[in-house]
Amino acid sequence: MPETMTTANAATAGAAVAAGPPPGRRVGKLAIARLRDFALVPAIVLIAIVGQIINPVFLQPDNLINIAQTMSEIALLVLAQTIVLVTGKMDLSLESTFGLAPGVAAWMTVAVGAGHGTGLLSGAWAIPITLLVGALIGIANAALIVRFGLHGFIVTLGMLIVLRGLLTGISGGQTFFNLPESMMYLGTAVWFGVPASIWICVALFAAGIILLGYTGFGRSLYAIGGNADAAKAAGIRTDRVLWAALIIASVLAALGGLMLSGRLASVAASQGNGAIFTVFAAAVIGGVSLNGGKGTMFGAFTGILLLFMIQNVLTLAGVPAQWIGALNGAIILIALVVSRITGGKAHE
Amino acid sequence: MNGSGQPSKRSSPALDGDGRARSGPPVAEAIDVSKRYGPTVALDQARISVHSGETHALVGRNGAGKSTLVSILTGLQAPDTGQIRFAGADAPRLSDRDAWRQRVACVYQKSTIIPELTVAENLLLNRYDRGRGGLINWRALRQRARDLLAVWSVDVDVDSRAGDLSVEQRQFVEIARALSFGARFIVLDEPTAQLDAAAIARLFDHILDLQQQGVTFLFISHHLQEIYEICDMVTVYRDARHIVTAPVAELPRNDLVAAMTGEAAALQAARARNGPVGPAEVVLDVSDLRLAGGYEDVSFRVRSGEIIGLAGAGGSGRTAVAESIVGLRTPDTGTVTVGGRRPRPGDVNAALAAGVGFVPQDRHHQGLVPGMSIADNATLTIPERLGRAGFLSTQRRDTIAGRLIDDLAIKTPGPDLQVSGLSGGNQQKVVMARALANDPHVLVLITPTAGVDVRSKEFLLSKVDEVADTGTGVLVASDELDDLRICDRVLVMFQGRIVAEMPSGWRDHDLVAAMEGLTVDA
Repeated sequence: MPETMTTANAATAGAAVAAGPPPGRRVGKLAIARLRDFALVPAIVLIAIVGQIINPVFLQPDNLINIAQTMSEIALLVLAQTIVLVTGKMDLSLESTFGLAPGVAAWMTVAVGAGHGTGLLSGAWAIPITLLVGALIGIANAALIVRFGLHGFIVTLGMLIVLRGLLTGISGGQTFFNLPESMMYLGTAVWFGVPASIWICVALFAAGIILLGYTGFGRSLYAIGGNADAAKAAGIRTDRVLWAALIIASVLAALGGLMLSGRLASVAASQGNGAIFTVFAAAVIGGVSLNGGKGTMFGAFTGILLLFMIQNVLTLAGVPAQWIGALNGAIILIALVVSRITGGKAHE
Repeated sequence: MNGSGQPSKRSSPALDGDGRARSGPPVAEAIDVSKRYGPTVALDQARISVHSGETHALVGRNGAGKSTLVSILTGLQAPDTGQIRFAGADAPRLSDRDAWRQRVACVYQKSTIIPELTVAENLLLNRYDRGRGGLINWRALRQRARDLLAVWSVDVDVDSRAGDLSVEQRQFVEIARALSFGARFIVLDEPTAQLDAAAIARLFDHILDLQQQGVTFLFISHHLQEIYEICDMVTVYRDARHIVTAPVAELPRNDLVAAMTGEAAALQAARARNGPVGPAEVVLDVSDLRLAGGYEDVSFRVRSGEIIGLAGAGGSGRTAVAESIVGLRTPDTGTVTVGGRRPRPGDVNAALAAGVGFVPQDRHHQGLVPGMSIADNATLTIPERLGRAGFLSTQRRDTIAGRLIDDLAIKTPGPDLQVSGLSGGNQQKVVMARALANDPHVLVLITPTAGVDVRSKEFLLSKVDEVADTGTGVLVASDELDDLRICDRVLVMFQGRIVAEMPSGWRDHDLVAAMEGLTVDA
């Protein structure tokens, strides 16, 4: 009975995290509230067991590291998107930022002759440029959404197309190779026997959990997403917080793109194309509301972890690659239905 | 409306020349304040002064300038001319939110809590306890919230989700939050509009408690009875101007209404209706209706031309019964027969098709689409009359809407105005217009006059009367005595059962007692 066991563990863990000595009658309610964060844990355990039955390779350390590494870059997009979703906005352009930011860095630093590189700057500039491009895109989004009051969906949809077009333009639709050493580092380095990108991903999620749960900035994200007027009335500078959230999200997306480029040793013109759908699915399955004000970083993490584990199991089961897409979509829909049933409330 | 000018229950403090208690400068004061929005004059040299420890009522019909005054008094807007003073000192700058919060707070009709966060976090939003490393210390925060609620004797679990609170609890939490900023002057903007009788009584007890602890209230309400119950002073606004300020005890009800309306009009006396004369067909037959957790054994009949009241406190099941008749809820057992047909239970469309017109409980939630025009809202239930094969004729829509606008005297430049631009009373008329748009055989009204001004209320109720005269059977589910007074007979619900039936001409006391379950022999 692995599921019940997990539930019980989660309950005790939740109560312990929540409060030291709360009066008796509150423990139950609180534990249940915390339990929602762990809603996907039974499913993750179940998939692990199914995976192990299908193919004993599944629980081998190499395979687990493989799963963690392939998801680490997209996971950063989920992290970024969660920050934005909690405020009640959304940022579709993250997937294009994910490609364009390292793309620009490659374009500036890759030597002339190798593809479309210009070789304007030395390789050491690659990482600062990547992050700077991310920040600039975030500023552009924030200016349009916060300053001019345009709807986030349309703004970032437009931005998604523009940024993708820019990457296609500077790369001539081709792939940048011969990346400078600095761009390769994060995607290839191994720290204490585990790829650096996994460390980074886990560390950033841990930081995200603390940010959203234990800082004034994080709580103001929830306040704005839940009731912007009330947040304003409580003295929260809502505009400033939204600016920060959108910029942080874009920088995180750029960092995720950098990690992927490093791992693949290239920047394709299509890097990140279509990833946003997986990102949204992971966040929603993980309990983040598209209407804002609801959801946790831990939940979002379990969402993306579950999706990647299922994909891995499908691959190990020998499902033909042509069918993976359809199955992926179906799994997302099933996961939504399941989380609707277990969560008890409608996704709004 | 009997018992006019019932004196205030509490002892009046010593009065000076103009009948007002003096104890230092007023807690809050507006002096000759004017405010214009484009061509509209919202306030014209208006004034008010609220003294320490009193509960001051501000009344006026919709559009009299009450809301504008509140937003100026709470520092959300600056007046064009005139000034605001707190305890004799000038008001702080508009940008200095903290200073304003220490002087005045407002509990708005619209909730200012964040539903997904806990009560504790809502109370102390943006005022977190920090632990090591600047991170939020949730345990300390919860403890502080608990202490805060205990000080102001609010019995709410700080760990519950704020969205799960009842309206009443939410108001208590908002009052406690306001007090925690140091404000001792609190504006209550129609606090009773969404509360049932028992909750109103508790709110009033709480207000009196707080008053003894030195909190001053400005109380805005459409229910004049409430003003006589808990207020000391009353200020009347009309057409953006200050009309009169007087101790409540010295302003009889008729004079108060006259000041509000500008005409010496008494509130309509209770009319004794006798229902349809002679035999009339049964248009609504409710038989053995039961919904677990809502109500049970509910049976009654409404005849053509009859107005039946369904009275009961909040949670008595009256709203659930009414919603079951119109298909918003699905009863477990029992039948609802409308004009000989049995619409499928739990199917609003079927109920409408069978000839039910419906005014839902809360116009903001279920009644109106705020961004759509009056014409669209009013004809939302009758798309089949607006054209063939699913296409709508805007011309026909506007004709029908125009007729409804005339019929219900909705004050608007035309049918194209968004309903969000209308006053509360006129919005409610649009909801009523929609209910009447399909010429219903049965009209089901749930608290049809909640949050509307006196004149609109009278108008809406007389409209109901008129509709009944054309042969429509009407069911009024409400705990508002004025709504129930127009009924031929009133069925009283208590804890999910019909416990009493009262023919027209009942006494207020008896009905209220029945709604509180006092006539039931336990």
